[in-house]
Amino acid sequence: MAETAILGFLQNNESIPDSGQFAAEHNLDHEEVKNVIKSLQGFRYIEAKELKRETLVLTDEGKKYAAEGSPEIHFFSAIPEEGSISKDDLEKKLDPSVFKIGSTQAAKKKWVAMGKQVSRKVQHVEDKVKESLLQIQQGLELDKESLNSLKTRKLIVTQGWIGYSDIQKGPSYAPKRKIFATDLTRENLQNWKELEFKEYNFNAKGQPLEAGHLHPLLKVRKQFKDIFCQMGFEEMPTNNFVESSFWNFDALFQPQQHPARDSHDTFFLKAPSTTRELPEDYVERVKQVHESGGYGSRGYNYEWKREEANKNLLRTHTTAVSSRMLYALAKGPFTPKKYFSIDRVFRNEAVDRTHLAEFHQIEGLICDRGLTLGDLIGVLQEFFRRLGMPQLRFKPAYNPYTEPSMEIFSYHEGLEKWVEIGNSGMFRPEMLQPMGLPEDVRVIAWGLSLERPTMILYGIDNIRDLFGHKVDLDLIKRNPICRVGIESS
Amino acid sequence: SLLQSPLSRSPILIASPPLRFNNPRPNLTGNNPTMPIISVGRDRLFAALGESYTNEEFEDLCLVFGIELDAVTTEKAIIRKEKHIKEESDDDEEVIYKIEIPANRYDLLCLEGLAQALRIFNKKEVIPTYKLSDIGNDNMLKMNVRSYQTCQIRPYIVCAVLRGVAFDEARYSSFIDLQDKLHQNICRHRSLVAIGTHDLDTLRGPFTYEALSPMDINFVPLKQTKSFRADELIEFYKSDLKLKKYLHIIESSPVFPVLYDSKRTVLSLPPIINGAHSAISLQTKNVFIECTATDLTKAKIVLNTMVTTFSEYCEKKFEIEPIEVTYDSGESYIYPDLAVYDMEVPVSYITDSIGVYLEVEEVTSLLNLMQLPAERSISSDNQCLVKVHVPPSRSDMLHPCDVMGKVAIAYGYNNIPTRKPASIKPLPLNELSDLLRLEIAMNVYTEVVTWILCSHKDNFALLNREDNNSAVIIGNPRSTDFEGARTRLMPGLLKTVGSNKDHPKPIKIYEIGDVTLLNETKDVGASNRHHLAALHCGATSGFELIHGLVDRIMEVMGVPFIPTGDNTGYYINRSEEPEFLTGRQASIIYKGKHVGNFGIVHPQVLNNFDITDPCSFVEIDIEALL
Repeated sequence: MAETAILGFLQNNESIPDSGQFAAEHNLDHEEVKNVIKSLQGFRYIEAKELKRETLVLTDEGKKYAAEGSPEIHFFSAIPEEGSISKDDLEKKLDPSVFKIGSTQAAKKKWVAMGKQVSRKVQHVEDKVKESLLQIQQGLELDKESLNSLKTRKLIVTQGWIGYSDIQKGPSYAPKRKIFATDLTRENLQNWKELEFKEYNFNAKGQPLEAGHLHPLLKVRKQFKDIFCQMGFEEMPTNNFVESSFWNFDALFQPQQHPARDSHDTFFLKAPSTTRELPEDYVERVKQVHESGGYGSRGYNYEWKREEANKNLLRTHTTAVSSRMLYALAKGPFTPKKYFSIDRVFRNEAVDRTHLAEFHQIEGLICDRGLTLGDLIGVLQEFFRRLGMPQLRFKPAYNPYTEPSMEIFSYHEGLEKWVEIGNSGMFRPEMLQPMGLPEDVRVIAWGLSLERPTMILYGIDNIRDLFGHKVDLDLIKRNPICRVGIESS
Repeated sequence: SLLQSPLSRSPILIASPPLRFNNPRPNLTGNNPTMPIISVGRDRLFAALGESYTNEEFEDLCLVFGIELDAVTTEKAIIRKEKHIKEESDDDEEVIYKIEIPANRYDLLCLEGLAQALRIFNKKEVIPTYKLSDIGNDNMLKMNVRSYQTCQIRPYIVCAVLRGVAFDEARYSSFIDLQDKLHQNICRHRSLVAIGTHDLDTLRGPFTYEALSPMDINFVPLKQTKSFRADELIEFYKSDLKLKKYLHIIESSPVFPVLYDSKRTVLSLPPIINGAHSAISLQTKNVFIECTATDLTKAKIVLNTMVTTFSEYCEKKFEIEPIEVTYDSGESYIYPDLAVYDMEVPVSYITDSIGVYLEVEEVTSLLNLMQLPAERSISSDNQCLVKVHVPPSRSDMLHPCDVMGKVAIAYGYNNIPTRKPASIKPLPLNELSDLLRLEIAMNVYTEVVTWILCSHKDNFALLNREDNNSAVIIGNPRSTDFEGARTRLMPGLLKTVGSNKDHPKPIKIYEIGDVTLLNETKDVGASNRHHLAALHCGATSGFELIHGLVDRIMEVMGVPFIPTGDNTGYYINRSEEPEFLTGRQASIIYKGKHVGNFGIVHPQVLNNFDITDPCSFVEIDIEALL
């Protein structure tokens, strides 16, 4: 009602000077008018200035007198024009409050003579009170004396008044207000032109989405896998956690008293406790090379025990699989190979911030004739360059089944120092030749853990936050795409 | 570096502490807890090297030689750490270098051996020749082995004497430390080999090595004053933190190995404890060394390591007095066995394996740096060989590959010319795009592949847009469907929705692909941009969901949300694009650059594509995010 009136009025008129007046003229409740103005102003249909003033309003008593006349008039009228009336009769004739107030006021104004008998003193009186009250209702000015008398009689009070002035068209003015909406829906799509949208807060993020997320460790694994594939490596089948000591250690020319074969380093198995079979002729050659050498080697000169080789364990490195692959390769006519794997390995050791009893080993190896240490360094440089580590140094190291052995260091920009990032080497002839690989075939290999680079990439300093059941699910959800191997200089 | 990779944009990347890369393990992944670490006084080491280094310089020397400076500390700091005391260090504390040694280089397990190796590597010293003192068989000390007894528990023994040793405090403690390191490593905690060292002047040969019932062995052990019977001693040591771990080696045997001199003085009860009588001290001049063992090869290596490293302090430098060990069978052996092991290695094998060209003289001089005397030799078939005389201290040299490896070290790993392998490299943009495709699909959007070719009005009029001359136009279109190339992915997605009216709502689809725009800077006048677009269509527009998808795209790209609008991440600005509904659309600003828009698709546009349900849509130029 009020909205239509205001918008409609403004269509043909410049402005509305006073909301109170407008309400009165259009017979509208001023409160409603005010609310509509406020809302239209918010949506910039109109502009308006706030208006404050003090006004006089009639009290309930005042309103009654304005409508019915003052009590003193009623009192006066009840007295006969001539003669008198007993006070008791007069009291019976009139409402008690009219009698009480009327008698006082009429006496005060000297209209009547009061006693046992009441009579008029004057013949004609005017109801000035009613007149004044009506004038106030109409917003007309009154003399001070009259105002004071009305105030004293509590027929009027002053009141603060709030309204609007200078109500004009706003920038979004329309003769009819649009429909308020929070979204475009199937229902309101047809009348979209009439829709009005609430302001949207672009400083807050959008609605969180229901979505699936991949684990950062395996995201990094995928990138490593891609790098290997791009470098022409094929993946080794590493889906066998249970391995015999033979393939895990002996085949790698790792002597049986080597500390890594201690129970405090390796998980040996109770069930199945031993391997059921090994390739006997190959086992014999491995025993020989350990005990007394051969293929140009002195050997380790100790008594090699089959029982040790038979012991089952959880593989301590994926190189156990590499040894099986190379042995299989040696059985046929020689073909060069590039192999890789990324899979779980197990270590019987205390779990701490940087160590777990199981982790992922990344391993790459190349088997070919005429390979050199220069090839190994070259392939490592290419591999790690793709990981974003172009600056490498190599440290001579010892490893029972590689010679030369090289630890790989990369310059860490953040720490401003060289940090070890992996190990590498050329497999020893004592490992390769008992397998039956030709003498001039060399194998270069390297390895690193998957967890460590992942921890660096995602800023995780406790391995248990990354891998295992104590992982923070939120971390899995908020991690970005792994760009390893995608961008490198 | 890895740390500087694009992921470092991610807000979650924090500086990581210096983690150890899974450590020298006896395999390709690294860290071996069994890799021995020795502690040497820095100043003594530098004195022995005849040269001083900064920590960095010494670290570099280690890296080239193949050892590792693990830590720099002080004696007091070590004690403080053990006792968990926090205290300020004094400036005058002696600096200790903790150095990690390759597990097969027993000869480097003490300062003497390490310093000698580095002096030779630095060309400050020539390789010493170790020899047995020529004392004649009659004067030679004898060790008689009751082998029928000892074979039941610990069959072998090897011995030697160092004459006229000049100990001082440092040398003496180095001598003790070396035994300790050998015990921990090659001796496998004394199970394979146990070393006993004695003041020879307190003893009288010949000696016997026996294995007797514990009831029959009585002696005063080291650091004790009263005599124990061997079985009582075992009980006594069960509460000894250091010794209790060795008891299992003999405890359950009916006989215990024991060494006597000719006066039945007990030298030792290997592998547990020596007798107090023959204990060595700083004043000891003549040291009798015995190694009892279950593994003879390792016993010989241990003995050779002990005598070669400390014979430099003997009156006659590098000279060791031998002992004759005789078994019950009558077989006798002279120890230590200082025989040089000769290896003949073709030069071509060495150079071919490393991948460098070297003259034979270069090879031999490189080998000399690695303490390996070598000379030129010619094989019967005229092959050029190097003949390497492996000293008795070098049990690590098993095979010609070890010779090759040492040449490589001396040549310098970091000087070897490299060969780059053949490999392929996919385009980073497409790799990243593929990963992003998966991420969008994981947010439950279905991928569509739409045409590049479109009608001209698809690019403009249907999207409420003016033709701004940005599109490639085909001159000879077969139909109005092929008038040009798309300038945005939007029409393709809208057409897909329009063609799938009966598909249950909501429809959530996306596409990542190229658009083509006119480009003055290109030779042909046009170039592609890689865009990502996603659309939600349903009973409601899904505007907030598309907004959420924008956030997720930025999150997976490692771009932080910066509502304050600076240039370190992305923020959202309201926009006025004709294809979107006013008030429900915005620009995506990445590092200050406008990279895309999202919003509720304008109803007029929906109508143009014959879509009867509200849609929200986002399109981003992902090339701009790289």
